[in-house]
Amino acid sequence: MSDITMLTHNRIELALHHLRDGRDGRGRALLLLHGLGEQSPTTVPAWADRWTGPVRALDFTGHGRSTVPAGGGYSAEILLADADAALAELGQATVVGRGLGAYVALLLAGARAADVRGAILCDGPGLGGGAIGPTSQSFVTLPPRELPPDPYALFELSRDLRPPDYATLFVRLALESGLDEPIAIAAKVRPPWLAAVADEVGAVTTSLAEALATYADV
Amino acid sequence: MTGRHMNGQITPAHFPGAVSPDREYRLDAGGVGLAVHEWGDQSNDPLFLVHGGFDFARTYDVFAPKLAAAGWRVVAWDQRGHGDSEHAALYSWDGDLRDAMAVMDAVTQHPAPVIGHSKGGSLMIQLADAQPFRFSHLVNLDGIPYKRRIPDVSEHERTRMAASEIVGWLDHRRSTATSQRKPGTLDELAHRRGRMNPRLPFEWLRHLVTVGAFESADGWRWKIDPSMRFGGFGPWRPEWTITRLPGLSMPFLGILGREQEEMGWGTLPHHVYPWLPMGGRCEVLDDVGHFVHIEQPDLVAAMVLEFLGDSQGARTEQVAAR
Repeated sequence: MSDITMLTHNRIELALHHLRDGRDGRGRALLLLHGLGEQSPTTVPAWADRWTGPVRALDFTGHGRSTVPAGGGYSAEILLADADAALAELGQATVVGRGLGAYVALLLAGARAADVRGAILCDGPGLGGGAIGPTSQSFVTLPPRELPPDPYALFELSRDLRPPDYATLFVRLALESGLDEPIAIAAKVRPPWLAAVADEVGAVTTSLAEALATYADV
Repeated sequence: MTGRHMNGQITPAHFPGAVSPDREYRLDAGGVGLAVHEWGDQSNDPLFLVHGGFDFARTYDVFAPKLAAAGWRVVAWDQRGHGDSEHAALYSWDGDLRDAMAVMDAVTQHPAPVIGHSKGGSLMIQLADAQPFRFSHLVNLDGIPYKRRIPDVSEHERTRMAASEIVGWLDHRRSTATSQRKPGTLDELAHRRGRMNPRLPFEWLRHLVTVGAFESADGWRWKIDPSMRFGGFGPWRPEWTITRLPGLSMPFLGILGREQEEMGWGTLPHHVYPWLPMGGRCEVLDDVGHFVHIEQPDLVAAMVLEFLGDSQGARTEQVAAR
């Protein structure tokens, strides 16, 4: 079981898992963001073994060890603020996101360009997100579960709007980091928002291992 | 003059025509406590009033009694985080819509007239599109969003503006766990509100303080959740809402104020006319701002009642079908 620091984001307590300290107590943190309906790993994934800095992983609101709020009201932007709370704790970080976490990693790289030293976007649950424009979707009330994840998180974040031109805005903002390619796409799947991101200057298609090696040196 | 009941409740500052609700109670909406306010006889047919962003149900203290006097059970509620409703952990459009469904389901299973102002109007356009069975009529009070009036700026400048907005919002989120609304005297809060509502009488704003704020040792504070903030960002586009109008099946009346104000959407009549549903109407009030029902409560109430009366035949058929 990993050590956990609880971070406060408004009325939510967020679990930031300490998967490993940095070698020699140094190095930039690697922040892992899980997919929709997942939770943070409790040990360092094998693919992150070669990262020399600390490895941390955040449970989003309604997931894992973080608070499950009443009444729903989720958006990717609220999860962005979750990730921003972790970034405030870590100072600077390289971010690896799976699925929904990949989308949030992109938003964070654009919103906090000075502090995110590379965002790596990987396949995972919630990568597709919702429609790219208005829909005829209806609304339902969901019964609670005893354990996380929150059903409202699953429902609302699986249909969160993701217009491609909104996603690409965050690539342009991420270029303010000074990195030539602040967004690394390791995902095989290309929902419309990610296809648009891949076409932007500042985004590179690569493998997870290559992206980690590149960002370790920036 | 503001007084205090023996139980500690504040007596609302007097404003001509303002009437406190006949019934007030709390309702559980999926774990979020909502404050519901009703005017009129409980046995009358229900009619729903939906307030705008940064407002609360008691902003209908003058308008609602006029509808109640015409024989309606007028039901309004404070949206989550507003007025006397619970401060939630999360706020979203979908959350507000589910809360509305909880109130409506608690009051009636039949179609009823719904009147929404500003953001409340926009919310109800979406709900009427998604769940038309809840609506016998829809009245929209200056609540049809349209494209934001963004100055003609370069793409680079637009990106820079977005960055500033996003960072400002995130910085705000980093501080909300401990933030409070700024305290002040009753008059100071009324003056602050007046900066956003410059066309409304000062005595009305004082009345709003007495029903929408609370008093503690260091002064008055608005009840609204301090984590809420004007502005913000996201993927949603204001102009998308209007595309839901043409498909609405219930009788529709829109009422726009001609005078543009900061809290309004900047929607002009020629933006709305092409999108009206079949048989729908959009009336424009000259020399009236965003708060049409507060500036002209008699006129707007008369327009609404006439509109509901015009559709009386349809309503009678609905009642007969129950």
